[in-house]
Amino acid sequence: MDLTLKIWRQKNAEEKGGIVEYKVNEISDHMSFLEMMDVLNEQLINEGEEPVAFDHDCREGICGSCSLHINGEPHGPDAGTTTCQLHMRKFKDGDTIFIEPFRAKAFPVVKDLVIDRSAFDRIQHAGGYISVNTSGNTQDANAIPIPKVDADKAFDAATCIGCGACVAACKNASAMLFVSAKVSQFALLPQGKVEAEERALNMVKQMDEEGFGNCTNTGACEAECPKGISLENIARMNREYLSAAFSADPQ
Amino acid sequence: MSWLTKTLSSSIGKKVLMAITGLFLCSFLIIHLVGNLQLFKDDGGYAFNTYTVFMTTNPLIKTVSYVLYFSILFHAFWGIYLEYQNKKARPVGYAVSNNQGSFASKNMAILGTIIFVYIAVHLSDFWYEYKWGHLPYVTYTEELATGEITSIESLPEGYTQEVKMLETFDEAAGTKSTTVKDLYLEAELAFSKPLLVIFYVLSMLVLGFHLVHGFQSGFQTLGLNHPKYNPVIKKIGVWIFAILIPFAFAVIPVYFLIK
Repeated sequence: MDLTLKIWRQKNAEEKGGIVEYKVNEISDHMSFLEMMDVLNEQLINEGEEPVAFDHDCREGICGSCSLHINGEPHGPDAGTTTCQLHMRKFKDGDTIFIEPFRAKAFPVVKDLVIDRSAFDRIQHAGGYISVNTSGNTQDANAIPIPKVDADKAFDAATCIGCGACVAACKNASAMLFVSAKVSQFALLPQGKVEAEERALNMVKQMDEEGFGNCTNTGACEAECPKGISLENIARMNREYLSAAFSADPQ
Repeated sequence: MSWLTKTLSSSIGKKVLMAITGLFLCSFLIIHLVGNLQLFKDDGGYAFNTYTVFMTTNPLIKTVSYVLYFSILFHAFWGIYLEYQNKKARPVGYAVSNNQGSFASKNMAILGTIIFVYIAVHLSDFWYEYKWGHLPYVTYTEELATGEITSIESLPEGYTQEVKMLETFDEAAGTKSTTVKDLYLEAELAFSKPLLVIFYVLSMLVLGFHLVHGFQSGFQTLGLNHPKYNPVIKKIGVWIFAILIPFAFAVIPVYFLIK
């Protein structure tokens, strides 16, 4: 198929960017979206132009590196997939495809379609972990009984790959779905209870400092999340945060 | 900052304040509607006008009404502030956006602003007129034996707009006379203007859209999300708060226009 691509080009973080139009021809249905981008970049290199920079790593939908806002949706038109798992058979010959970086004040553009998502790392560092002694007599995690329902919900939350599609989809660029998944995956398990209060307080504090917007419960994040993280997690984080705020000892 | 101000100024705390004031305003709608249904009573406004006196003199209701005024202003201005903050979180927008949220959820601020303008118009039509305007007085004479009520427009001597209600009993005739400000007549006059009626009806449509998202969103923000109760909260939000209540309110001006 032959396609017209309208791609955001931006030299670096400081300079102003803009949409540039490209044509790619004879794209196979079986290609992934990123392979199509590779074809474009080969073409650009052959023409002596600067290739389009974009994030990618595992290309099997689990690392959370790829991003791209494709035709108005993070990770493109396919539900429950990342951009690397999006196939060109979702498009038709002659289509025009808009490709933009995820937009948020907290995700500044580094170059072209590459954005700096280290805000998510800093939120993780603020509390997205549990402390375990590794003195040699660490208890086997499987020895602690956990109700199946809780284990399943914790696992569902833990499938978050931190790609930032929730922020990109949200009209407020809010990171609540991401943070709530990280809070929930531990809040539901006994191992996470020890640091539950400070985790909720510190991760929300860091999220606010990064300049994400506020949640207005539109549900766009849940609809666009490649891992189907549920809004239920946001309600759980709100409960965790509020109960911690009202009952935790002052720090 | 104390822990409380720190909590309430966090992104979650700010939304909690929106949820609490919003849900309080929802509860007010029920009371307001029940009171206003007395406008449909065919008694020349006797029930409605005496109810108005009760609502503006009862100390408990007066106290709650100050909380209500505060909630309206707070919910409106805090909402605009949050919208401003949310816009700032995405300084460069998308060329193409295919946002998945519902129409209502994406337009809460603009819907809320229209409702705020409506409240200002509505208060100046009735609340202001009742408190500071010059309303005519009406005297209802009730035959205590039969319960039959007759009314005459009146302005007895020495009355000023400060007088809200005067009741006298005539034991010999077996009648009770009640003189009150005629807010019912004010409603009749206001809703004889088709343009105002259209504005009221459209405003109620906007209110319905605001509440179809707002009611259930308030519960989600407070962390009240549970598979057992979510369907009930959603149904109440849609059928009662977004459809029934705005519809019943919208019927009132239409009823007066075609009466």
